Amino acid sequence: MKAPKFSYIRADSLDHALELLDKHGEDARILAGGQSLMPTLNMRLSQPEVLVDINRLNDLKGISLDGDTVVIGALTRHIDVMNSDIVAEHLPLIAEAMPHVAHVAIRNRGTIGGSIALSDPAAEMPACALALGATLIVQSSSGKREIPAEEFFHGLYETARAENELLVEIRYPSQKKDNVSVFMELARRHGDYAIAGVCAYGKVSGNMVEDMRLVYFASEDRPIIGENAVAALNGKAWCDETKDAVTSALENDLDPMANLHGSATMKMHLQKVLTGRVMDTAVTRAGGAS
Amino acid sequence: MSEEMVTVNMTVNGEPVTKTIPVRTHLVDFIRTELGFTGSHLGCEHGVCGACSVRVDGDVVRGCLMLAAQAEGADVMTIEGITDTGEIADLQDKFVERNALQCGFCTPGMLMTAAELLSHKSEMSRNDIREFMSGNYCRCTGYHAIVDAIESINNERLKG
Repeated sequence: MKAPKFSYIRADSLDHALELLDKHGEDARILAGGQSLMPTLNMRLSQPEVLVDINRLNDLKGISLDGDTVVIGALTRHIDVMNSDIVAEHLPLIAEAMPHVAHVAIRNRGTIGGSIALSDPAAEMPACALALGATLIVQSSSGKREIPAEEFFHGLYETARAENELLVEIRYPSQKKDNVSVFMELARRHGDYAIAGVCAYGKVSGNMVEDMRLVYFASEDRPIIGENAVAALNGKAWCDETKDAVTSALENDLDPMANLHGSATMKMHLQKVLTGRVMDTAVTRAGGAS
Repeated sequence: MSEEMVTVNMTVNGEPVTKTIPVRTHLVDFIRTELGFTGSHLGCEHGVCGACSVRVDGDVVRGCLMLAAQAEGADVMTIEGITDTGEIADLQDKFVERNALQCGFCTPGMLMTAAELLSHKSEMSRNDIREFMSGNYCRCTGYHAIVDAIESINNERLKG
């Protein structure tokens, strides 16, 4: 349970960090909050040659409003996102999800960018980024690149970020006035990784679902949009019949991976149950009767 | 690969310390083996159990999920430190009174986390307390007595 040998370099500027990533390539791991990297080191699931510690890059921390966009620096710690008035007002989905992100001692260190860049399939922040249609800004020594969340998550811990790129910023469109958002997950213990989870974001008027996105996590190899479920949902009034149609359609979207927390069948069942609950809540929040 | 060493400087329990250690040493190994403060315990060493909780620059963190090298220049407090300052003397007495510990292995971590919760100085339900403390495992008490102790002290402190 002790980490293997590695070299440790503390980056003192963004340029320094990018230079180190160019130099060490796949032998390097970026150490942000370390709340997922350190366990894998301690358990020797990962043996990088070099750790590039980016914790002192204060320019990558902070939350600000840029017109209709909420800009969150990748190194912003979960606790600061959770306590942010801007996030509470403009990104209620993230505000609702944040208490589910691990436990206080981990939220005090873990970062939103680290969570998204790692892309653990059961993590909350990748799913929220996808639900909200965020844009991920990655930077290398040759410049910046913007990647839509829809194109960022490729698979189990795999993303569109190249080895020499650093996720520096996440840009979220502020929640639109007549939209609603709902976050729900199931976990054995509060704050543990989810067994099943759903984010809902979109427009509901009364009982009418006009334009809703449903994102599922903790059951697939990455967060995914339930395309068939959404097709069965949008343009319909939310009622028992719609719920049945949506949950049936969901079987064509998901192919849950069994793990210690549950079989594929159980996870599919739970995602269906959560779908019903998030939509009941979405309709209630939109002012309709569920 | 040879063992890379680093010299770290930080303040631990109010005392400045400087030591040269392997870079891969995590904060709690450093505190326990280099400094001899053995109150912070190592349970799972992968961030699940909370027994290693320490305070770094005012925030409770998992001591096993942070390298000692990352704490360069930081102000670190362990259970020994916050016992000496008397910050949680009332809570410690209440843990004894309410039987909020049996074997005691989790207790330093419980107290470090509870200290942060109590620092909020706000009304809280038992459910709020359970949620806040959910990152700390106890295998003896069933948690009820721990929640009792924290709830009592929070109520007492709010009354003043």
